[in-house]
Amino acid sequence: MKIVVCIKQVPDTKGGVKFNPDGTLDRGAMLAIMNPDDKAGLEAALRIKDETGAEVTVLTMGLPKAEEVLREAIAMGADKGILVTDRVLGGADTWATSTTLAGALRNIDYDLIITGRQAIDGDTAQVGPQISEHLDLPVISYAKDIKIEGDSVVVERQYDDRYHVLKAKMPCLITALSELNEPRYMTPGGIFDAFDAEITVWGRADLKDVDDSNLGLKGSPTKIAKASDKVRKGAGEIKTDLDADGAVVYIMDKLKEKHVI
Amino acid sequence: MGLEEYKGVYVFAQQVDNELSGIAFELLGKAKELAKDLNTDVTAILVGSGVKGLADSLAEYGADKVIVVDDPELKEYRTEPYAHAVSSVINEYKPEIVLVGATAIGRDLGPRVSARVATGLTADCTVLEIGDFPITPIAGQEQKHNQLLMTRPAFGGNTIATIACPDNRPQMATVRPGVMQKIEPISGAKAEVIEYNPGFTPNNKYVEIVDIVKELSDTVDIMDAKILVSGGRGVGSKENFAILQDLADAIGGTVSCSRAVVDSGWMPKELQVGQTGKTVRPNVYFAIGISGAIQHTAGMEEADIIVAINKDETAPIFDVADYGIVGDLNKIVPKLTEELKKVVK
Repeated sequence: MKIVVCIKQVPDTKGGVKFNPDGTLDRGAMLAIMNPDDKAGLEAALRIKDETGAEVTVLTMGLPKAEEVLREAIAMGADKGILVTDRVLGGADTWATSTTLAGALRNIDYDLIITGRQAIDGDTAQVGPQISEHLDLPVISYAKDIKIEGDSVVVERQYDDRYHVLKAKMPCLITALSELNEPRYMTPGGIFDAFDAEITVWGRADLKDVDDSNLGLKGSPTKIAKASDKVRKGAGEIKTDLDADGAVVYIMDKLKEKHVI
Repeated sequence: MGLEEYKGVYVFAQQVDNELSGIAFELLGKAKELAKDLNTDVTAILVGSGVKGLADSLAEYGADKVIVVDDPELKEYRTEPYAHAVSSVINEYKPEIVLVGATAIGRDLGPRVSARVATGLTADCTVLEIGDFPITPIAGQEQKHNQLLMTRPAFGGNTIATIACPDNRPQMATVRPGVMQKIEPISGAKAEVIEYNPGFTPNNKYVEIVDIVKELSDTVDIMDAKILVSGGRGVGSKENFAILQDLADAIGGTVSCSRAVVDSGWMPKELQVGQTGKTVRPNVYFAIGISGAIQHTAGMEEADIIVAINKDETAPIFDVADYGIVGDLNKIVPKLTEELKKVVK
C-alpha cells in the first residue's frame, strides 16, 4: 500500500505570537513548524505503515526551506520526501495550490492521500478537498479516526453535532483533524536517516497535466484587495490588588453600570 | 459567456435532518443586502430529500426564489452528490455570487464545488460588501465595479485580508456562522420555487455511510446565549466546572469553554469557543481560568463585555478583557454567585 501525506511548513502561531513594535506580526521571529493537522495526518499514515508496512511519501510545496518539514517527517518514519518549489508557483491561492499539488500527485503512485484539514496560517480547509476534485477522487474531510479494511478506508467524519462512519474505496483522499492522534516524536535513528535522506525536488516542469494559467499568483482566481494586521481591541481595566470580596464588589458594580443586572 | 451574464446572489440553504440550520437564515440576511446593492434578487439552493416544505421559511427570511434539488441520494450530507447538486445549479442558473456557511458541511462542500466550477473561494468570511477592485484605481489596470469584497481573518486571527475574485464567476465565499444578521422574518412571504434535478448516478466518489452517531445533548447552543460563563484549563478539573455552572444559573447564562478543556475531556466539543470551536457574540462573556490564546480570542472578542478572571497577570486574555481581575477563581466565582443570587431573581 502506498500513502502520500501532504504537509505544509507554517509559522507557529500557537507557541506565542510575536509582534513588531508597530503592532504587525513578526513572522521572522516565529518558529517554522509542521502544520499540526498535517502532522496528525502523517501520524495516521505512519500507524498504517506500522500495521501493514505501507510506504509513506511526504509531499510539500513551498520555499526551498520547506525541505525542513520533509526531513522532520522522515525522522518520524516517512520513507520519502518530495518538495515542489518554483518561483512561478509563488503567491498561489488555494485553487492554484491544489492544482500544483494535483500536478505533482499525478506523478506518484498512491492508494491513499492524506492532508491536514487546514493550515494554521491560512485556516481555509480548502486545499485537501480541491486536490481530490482535481484528481477525481472521493474525499472524506475532518477525519477523527481512520481504519483500513481491505481495499477500503473506514473513517469517522466529524460534524458539528454528530459523526458519520464513512467507507470509501481507495484511491481516496482524507483530511485529518489534529484531534485524530498524538503524533510521535522523531527517533534518534530517524533523525540520522533524515539527514542523509535524499529529497526529491520538483519544479514547474515536473508537474503533470497542469496549465500555466492555473499556477501561482497569476493563476489564482482570488486576489488580495487589502491586507492589514488586525486592529486589536485595547485592553480594558485590570485589577491586580483586589481580594476575593473586593473582586466581587468590582464585578457587581460593572455589571450594574452596564445594566446587565 | 461574459462575466456580466452571471446574475443573482445565491445561498446554500444548509439543512440537517430536514431542519434548516441557522446559517441558512444568516446568509439570506446578508444576501439581501448584497442583492440590494447589485439591484438583483436572492435565491436559496435547497438540497436534500423531502425538503421542499422548507421553502416557505426561506422565503420568510428573505429568499425571492428557492431552487429545490430533491433526491433520495441527498438524504444525508455526502460530499459528492451535494457537490454535484450545487455545481449543477451554478452551471444551469449562473449566479454572480454563491454564499455557503463555513460549517463542517460547507467547508467541505465549498472547496469541492469551487474546484468543479473553476472559480475562487474565500474561506470563513466575516465581512461581505460590494465595492471596486482594485479598491483604489491603479494606473494601467482596469478598476472593476460591483465586485464582492470578502474580508476574513487569517494567521490565527492576527491579520485580516479583503479578497476579490474579479475574473471568475461565481464569486464564492464561505461565511462564519454567528457573524451575519438574519432579518426579522416576513410572515407569509412566498418565494418562487423551482424544482431542479440534474440526475444522480452513484460512482466511485459516492462514499458509503456505514453509521451516523449523534453526539448532541440537549444543551443550549452557545452561539445563541446572551451570557456565557466560559472556563479554561485554569478551572482545574471537570468537577470544578460545577462552580461555573452555578454562576451561569445565577445570572441566566450558559457554560462554554476553551479548547484545552475539550482536549482534556472535561466538556463536550459543542461548548468550545474559538477558532476550531464556535464564534460567539454574547452580551457578556466571563473568561474564567482562560489564558486567552489567539485561537480562543478569535472566537469571542466581539462580545460586548468581557470579564476575565485569571491568576496569571500576564495572561493574554487581559489584552481583550474590558474588566480583568487577577485572582483565585475558586474564591471569587462562588462569592460572585452568592452576590448575584441576591440581586437577580
